[in-house]
Amino acid sequence: MKLSKTFDKALWVFHLNSGSCNGCDIEIVAAVTPRYDVERFGIKLVGSPRHADVLLFTGPVTRKMKNRVLRVYHQTPDPKVVMVIGNCGSTTGVFYDSYAIEGPIDTLLPEDAHIIYVNGCPVRPENIINGVKEAWLHLEELRGDNK
Amino acid sequence: MSWNDFAVRLVLIVLIPLIGIFLGLLYKGFDRKITAMMQSRIGPPWRQPFRDVRKLFMKENIIPDNAVPWIFNGAPIAALVATLVALVYLPMGPFEPVMEGYGDLILVLYLLAIPAVAMAFGGLASGSPYATVGAQRELVLMMSYEFPLAIAAVTIAWKYSSFSLGVISSDPVWNNVGMMGGIGLALVLTTMIAVLPGELSKIPFDQAEAETELAGGILVEYSGRNLGIFYLAEVAKMVVVGTLMIALFFPHNISSWYSFGGPEFGGFILADVGADILFFLLKLLVIIFGAVSLIRVAFSRFQIDRASYFYWVPMTIIGLLGTFLVVLEGVI
Repeated sequence: MKLSKTFDKALWVFHLNSGSCNGCDIEIVAAVTPRYDVERFGIKLVGSPRHADVLLFTGPVTRKMKNRVLRVYHQTPDPKVVMVIGNCGSTTGVFYDSYAIEGPIDTLLPEDAHIIYVNGCPVRPENIINGVKEAWLHLEELRGDNK
Repeated sequence: MSWNDFAVRLVLIVLIPLIGIFLGLLYKGFDRKITAMMQSRIGPPWRQPFRDVRKLFMKENIIPDNAVPWIFNGAPIAALVATLVALVYLPMGPFEPVMEGYGDLILVLYLLAIPAVAMAFGGLASGSPYATVGAQRELVLMMSYEFPLAIAAVTIAWKYSSFSLGVISSDPVWNNVGMMGGIGLALVLTTMIAVLPGELSKIPFDQAEAETELAGGILVEYSGRNLGIFYLAEVAKMVVVGTLMIALFFPHNISSWYSFGGPEFGGFILADVGADILFFLLKLLVIIFGAVSLIRVAFSRFQIDRASYFYWVPMTIIGLLGTFLVVLEGVI
């Protein structure tokens, strides 16, 4: 079936901690609580990458997590969008040049991956919701590819 | 059966499953909205399940390398078909079952068991340890709730000396019992209400899926179209189980108390039929709210052995006590 606008209104997200300090993970949970309630936009936290449309990666990728990040990425059915939550994931942040770090995440994922960077240390839930808005822009682009 | 009768039945058999899916998605939307409101959230709009299903059908359908493809792909279809077929044998609102005379309560109970078994087989065939654990839990849970469910069904059927749902729903069972039988029926109703969340794999009996511990359990490897079909089967099952409960315990119709009159069509008074259908939808909403939404918000997940114990010991005892009272009153 062709990708339509319905897709935007029903994004299911899967969250993977790839070596984060847990700060961003707590903020992701904060975004689902009654105060921010992302479920009103149809966003749901799911337990399996097979169900997911958006992958939330937090943290600089540690050596142990590198293969897991790639595996989870490939386990997710297309079309998919990656959201890198926090400064660590997008730049490795304070762990820059560490011997134990393989990140940032965008150097590991395939070239054609759609990546959205959500900055902050830790990120604010408002910023995560803003990141979803940017995911919609990426999905519009994907729809253009499908035509 | 005349050709005319045959044609009407054929049309209804196509139409009723579609109505069942539509109602299921609608009630799922209301369920999610009401749940959100009870948790002081705004919640998704009522049409969210429609979007979810549409999205799932747009996604890529992945079959894992170590899965058994024909079971893995067949399980969702078996679950959906069994659920929808059960709907044809159930009375809805003022209407008798479409296939009245060709299948009864026992058939419906067997058809209701198929989705759970299909899900378990799908989970076992998907080659993931999480799904295997989920499938085992689903089977354990099924063995636990089937007995109390059978007690409830048999009690009602005993009262009518018939397993036919058309006969059972033609006269509310509460009219045929006295004081002691009424207490017995209330106990049996309690059992039935407790069976509902288990039958639908909803909290507190969602051990087989258990997002937080098994990462989706049975459904962990399912994606795209297959997951969408399971989603449809799940929502349709909500309607089937709700309708079964209405047929057994609350087959009341407004038209039996009050007639609006007005134009007739094919032996039905249109205004009365409309009122009965609305009343039926309202009953379904109340049952889904009481047995699914309210319990889901109020409780958290049981451990699997406690869920099993809950059905095997307290609920079976309550159900058998209810049956005993109903039968005792009938015998004296």
